[in-house]
Amino acid sequence: MNALAIKRGSSSHSAYDLRNPLGDHEETHTLAVLVDNEAGVLARVIGLFSGRGYNIESLTVAETDHEGHLSRITIVTTGTPAVIEQIKAQLGRIVPVHEVHDLTVEGPAVQRELALVKVGGTGEKRVEAMRTCDVFRARVVDTTLESFVFEISGTTEKIDAFVALMRPLGLTDVARTGVAAIARGS
Amino acid sequence: MTRQMTGAQIVIKALKDQGVDTVFGYPGGAVLPIYDEVFQQNDIRHVLVRHEQGAAHAAEGYARSTGKPGVVLVTSGPGATNTVTGLVDALMDSIPLVVLSGQVPTFMIGNDAFQEADTVGITRPCTKHNWLVKDTSKLAETIHQAFHVAMTGRPGPVLVDIPKDVQFATATYSPKEDARTSHYRPPTKGDPDAILSAVEAIETAERPILYSGGGVVNSGAGATRALREMAAATGFPITSTLMGLGAYPASGENWVGMLGMHGTYEANWAMHDCDLMMCIGARFDDRITGRVDAFSPGSLKVHIDIDPSSINKNIHVDVPIVGDVGSVLEDILALWKSRGSKTAAPAVSKWWKQIELWRGRDCLAYRGSDKVIKPQYALERLEALTKGHDRYITTEVGQHQMWAAQYMGFEEPNRWMTSGGLGTMGYGTPASIGVQVAHPDALVINVAGEASWLMNMQEMSTAVQYRLPVKQFILNNERLGMVRQWQELLHGERYSSSWSEALPDFVKLAEAFGAKGIICSDPAKLDDAIMEMLEHDGPVIFDCLVEKHENCYPMIPSGKAHNEMIMGEDSTSDAIDAGGAVLV
Repeated sequence: MNALAIKRGSSSHSAYDLRNPLGDHEETHTLAVLVDNEAGVLARVIGLFSGRGYNIESLTVAETDHEGHLSRITIVTTGTPAVIEQIKAQLGRIVPVHEVHDLTVEGPAVQRELALVKVGGTGEKRVEAMRTCDVFRARVVDTTLESFVFEISGTTEKIDAFVALMRPLGLTDVARTGVAAIARGS
Repeated sequence: MTRQMTGAQIVIKALKDQGVDTVFGYPGGAVLPIYDEVFQQNDIRHVLVRHEQGAAHAAEGYARSTGKPGVVLVTSGPGATNTVTGLVDALMDSIPLVVLSGQVPTFMIGNDAFQEADTVGITRPCTKHNWLVKDTSKLAETIHQAFHVAMTGRPGPVLVDIPKDVQFATATYSPKEDARTSHYRPPTKGDPDAILSAVEAIETAERPILYSGGGVVNSGAGATRALREMAAATGFPITSTLMGLGAYPASGENWVGMLGMHGTYEANWAMHDCDLMMCIGARFDDRITGRVDAFSPGSLKVHIDIDPSSINKNIHVDVPIVGDVGSVLEDILALWKSRGSKTAAPAVSKWWKQIELWRGRDCLAYRGSDKVIKPQYALERLEALTKGHDRYITTEVGQHQMWAAQYMGFEEPNRWMTSGGLGTMGYGTPASIGVQVAHPDALVINVAGEASWLMNMQEMSTAVQYRLPVKQFILNNERLGMVRQWQELLHGERYSSSWSEALPDFVKLAEAFGAKGIICSDPAKLDDAIMEMLEHDGPVIFDCLVEKHENCYPMIPSGKAHNEMIMGEDSTSDAIDAGGAVLV
């Protein structure tokens, strides 16, 4: 929210703040939202996105501080720079929201997603699936004579690529967690 | 020693500790324990409305005219859902409301019990925040937090849903001071760098305009004082949104009238041609901006708002200042004085000459008549005959609302209660009741149209019961005037469902309620009739029969810019093009 109070062109925060605030190109941003872990808080956040017509590409939520009753919601969203700023400001004024971080502009961040991928098949396809699993450093977490369940984690792009390769090899089911993200460094 | 209290007793104690003197409400099964406690005390006055929507609007009128939060008490299910329109209205206009709703007992929630509704689910997007209290030990703190959230930062409505078993169970009362409120403290102090930029902009501006809004009224007396001081210190012209009327007096030297869709010619042209726009507690609503890409193209825009999400939402601004309007204006004035600042006076006086030229268009002129009462004339006379009274005006929504804003003058804030953002027909009658409850000796007039007025007319019964002498001044054109005007301008004069047929006889209706009814259709008798209304010590329904096809001008048609406004005498055919027709 601080970015709003900064005069155009005078930001010391990051080069991204110098982007044209009136641009009409769509950007993808990853937001980390720290909220009180109370009833209905997720509905408030989701309701904000649907009510105001914003996009959600991915959403992950879980309690991260049991003592402090805090949850962390990670949202990947797309929009023009002005819309992204609106989303952050609108999130910031939800009463149980403590902090809104735009990991895309605040500096380098690690983004990971986990997927469970079920592939059925026998013979050469099964061998190829196993070989691809090795290449992607996925793990086998369940197996039968006709199927594997792979566990893979990584960036969204990596998982997309893995799923695409598994499709001709007998892909039957995919369960993805959505993106979890955190800023690098201290 | 701490004493155990029932949830219902906790509710009453918490309200008293919050300084509440009046509650607007309607009983029902799920709030009976609380009503039992209301019965057994005398500190809080309960005003029984006739419909829960009326309770919400009455509380809005109370809140807007006092600066205190309005409190509503309703039952579960339909009691709560009936408040929804009032909640959204208060959310749009930043009015602090605290709604307490009963709920079915916790062990029945989710079972489709009698009069059960998912109240917190339904009202989540209609409130600033809401709570379902499942444990009596958390009830007191939650109510205190609710008041804190309603009044802090940008004010707004909140709702606390209280299941019936929580009202019966006992717990220890926790006082106001112990409530955790630290998590919601929006900053009120503006950024010093931005304030400096604003002062520098004021010093160099050649064609400035101050554009103030409802935020100044919400911020309180200090903000109003600072705004007036700023206008006086700079000599800059000042306009206001519908919600901000009265913060700067209509009789003030720098006043150029309201801006926006039905604002004055001079205000809108000044907005369009200015080189510095100071937006003070307003939010660049579409009724203000007209066509966004043609909005004030050559100006540097300074925007003071307590809500960061208002910044750059509709219009990109150059100097955003997030903070409380009163605090920021005081900081600007302090810096202004310490720098010994001066304005570019010669340029500003040239700018004033231009504004006087625009003012010369006399945009509020209308064709008078001695046969039929023109609505503008009716309001001019109402204004003239009530000036100097301790007066509060509420309105419904439509042409009459715009005419009231144009032809009545407001000298002080909190004197003008109208539904701006949501545009709620049916707001005015209950709002007038809420205002009169707060100001028993004042003159409270609801300027209404006959169609809007019928939407919450049941509240006349409330007015009669509590001897509230509200004056319902109905400009009766037997039309949904603003709908009719739009159909004339952009739907080929096909007046689809926009006339009021089978209207009641308002005089008989007034008498049936136990109020006084007055009817007037003759311009020559209007003054006497208005005086009769003012002199009557009790509620009045005034049926003022006016010209049926009068349009409200000036007008910025949908999808047009400020400098494309149309005046009364202009040809209005093709005023709105196909692109504008899809706008509201």
